[in-house]
Amino acid sequence: MFFGKKKFRLAAMIAGGILACSMFTGCGGSSGDGGGDKPAGDEIVIGANFELTGNHAQYGANANNGLKLAIKEVNDAGGINGKKIKIVEADAKSEAAESVNAATKLISDDKVVALVGPAVTANVIAESQVATDNKIPIIAPAATNPDVTVEGGKVKPYVFRSCFIDPQQSEVMAQFARKDLMANKAVLYLDSSSDYSKSLGKIFKEKFEADGGTVVMEEAFLAKDQDFKAALTKIQTANADVIFVPAYYEEVGKIVKQARELGITAAILGTDGWDDSKVVDIAGKDALNNTFFCTHYFEGDAEVQPFIKAYQAEYKTDPNVFAALGYDAGKMLISAIEKGGNDSEKIRENIEKIEDLVVGTGKITMDPATHNPIKGIVVIETKDGTRALRTKIAPVTPEQTAQSESGN
Amino acid sequence: MDFAHQLVQQLINGVSLGSIYALIALGYTMIYGIIKLINFAHGDVYMVGAYIGFAAVTIGNMPIFPALLISMALTAVLGMLVERIAYKPLRHAPRISLLITAIGVSFFLEYTSMYFVTPTPRTFPEVIPNISFDIGGFIVNGQQLMIFGITIILMALLTYIVQKTKLGKAMRAASFDTETAQLMGVDSDKVISMTFCIGSALAAAAGVLVGVYYNTIDPLMGIMPGVKAFVAAVLGGIGILPGAVVGGIVLGVVEALVSGFISSTFRDAAAFAILILVLLIKPSGLFGKNTNEKV
Repeated sequence: MFFGKKKFRLAAMIAGGILACSMFTGCGGSSGDGGGDKPAGDEIVIGANFELTGNHAQYGANANNGLKLAIKEVNDAGGINGKKIKIVEADAKSEAAESVNAATKLISDDKVVALVGPAVTANVIAESQVATDNKIPIIAPAATNPDVTVEGGKVKPYVFRSCFIDPQQSEVMAQFARKDLMANKAVLYLDSSSDYSKSLGKIFKEKFEADGGTVVMEEAFLAKDQDFKAALTKIQTANADVIFVPAYYEEVGKIVKQARELGITAAILGTDGWDDSKVVDIAGKDALNNTFFCTHYFEGDAEVQPFIKAYQAEYKTDPNVFAALGYDAGKMLISAIEKGGNDSEKIRENIEKIEDLVVGTGKITMDPATHNPIKGIVVIETKDGTRALRTKIAPVTPEQTAQSESGN
Repeated sequence: MDFAHQLVQQLINGVSLGSIYALIALGYTMIYGIIKLINFAHGDVYMVGAYIGFAAVTIGNMPIFPALLISMALTAVLGMLVERIAYKPLRHAPRISLLITAIGVSFFLEYTSMYFVTPTPRTFPEVIPNISFDIGGFIVNGQQLMIFGITIILMALLTYIVQKTKLGKAMRAASFDTETAQLMGVDSDKVISMTFCIGSALAAAAGVLVGVYYNTIDPLMGIMPGVKAFVAAVLGGIGILPGAVVGGIVLGVVEALVSGFISSTFRDAAAFAILILVLLIKPSGLFGKNTNEKV
């Protein structure tokens, strides 16, 4: 209809050509020795596999910006031993299958020596098999689920992260609710479309009840919901002391706003998904009084200032937590490359050995047994729209991390 | 809070949520009524409308009502363009081609917008004071009342246009039989263009109001409300304007009651169960007459 016969033949030839090319490059990738491939020239090529489109694009894009800033800083300072780092970006499209495609493309076509991303747990887990098969190390900036780096009790040798893990967050918040807020009754309000939210809710419940409290009600919503009033009206009937909402800021802002409109005065608790200045814009200053969440860093801390200033200068906006973690992942990768050149296996070994490395959000040490960094957690309270540091929980030792893992 | 109290509060929540579904469903049902196209891009036109309103308020520093009108006008032009470029060439193609094109248009709008405005959600400034009234312990929000009022006014206005004006008569004629209408001197293309204009302007109104009420907009905000509004339109009888409003409100109330008294986990399951039940028991919807369609 639209193509003439000649045009159709041309189109078929082009399509065939593309297919053939992709087959050859595919073969090239798998016939090489994977990790050992050294890029030509004076560049070290790394892959950024992030959710640039789709439902999680806001997280992926920010983490990607953080990573790019870290790489830009090192390149502007002359690179590593005279070699510049080149980032090749690929779009994980907020889907597990696309994340695998993007990683495969980066590894076999672009010959990257290491990968950073994606932001969301499910996409990292999907990608980790490809990376392991090709012996390419991954640093996941913000995937907090324990299963990202550990599978069946064994650590995945090529998968690392630059953030703490979910059980730590839930335990910190459950303890905070019992000890600091003296709460006896809690309600869980979870995003049932997110593994992140469900696993945080489960561990919070275990810990809160083990400490003598009771979870009196569990309700659920879906990501991208706009109206929460029906479930909140029901939650109001429970008369709980705290409401635990481990979710992302867009929904959190609306939940807090609508809860206060309905007259719910109980403390509302959350986790690192809350960490975005937009929460205040969405919920309003007054509504956020008596809310607490734990996260990776407090922006008032002196050690975080260099990162925040650099980010503001580069992007003319404040960084959020995903940007900070993307930056940290970049810093970890740079330090590993500095110590061992551009060989994937060396990079992997060096990431495992990271100790007291200064990154954007503070200092981190890698735990070789779990590939989780050992770093502190902060609990932030919002007062009249500004954030205040409520408590700072010191870095968890590897033994404690191991315990919390076995507790799952 | 006792049972009766919660019941009344849930009914208020339900009507308020339902009036938003109704507002979106009006445009849906109107376009279906005239050219029998389920315009899956409607939810995304609603999103574009919200962004235009947002730009008018934040960049243009306009008060909300001029912003609303500008958004409706520009989105009407967008609707007309979409019809010209994507749907008009398929006027005589099988209906399934149109439906698939509508899905394509929907993705096109979502991801083009995402490219330009970035996926980060934007927060609407508080352009209408957000006042909550406490009436005997029941919480009613001023913006909710406004949305409900605007929905009813737009429904009445549309019904008037379709039933009483010359354009409406042409619309009904084109809906009944496009070709015969054309033989009788009705410019069907123009009528269909106008239908898309009005339908898209309605979507824009809904987008801006929802943006103001819930405070956030993002490029994928149209997907779920679009689907829910479709359920509402089918429930009320697709193609029937008062049906869309009643369908929307019934859907909102059912969702609120299911969340409140069964479990919020089943809320969406209930919404789609309604769709299946309507299609099984009374496919023409609550307000629909069973007619023999010439398929």
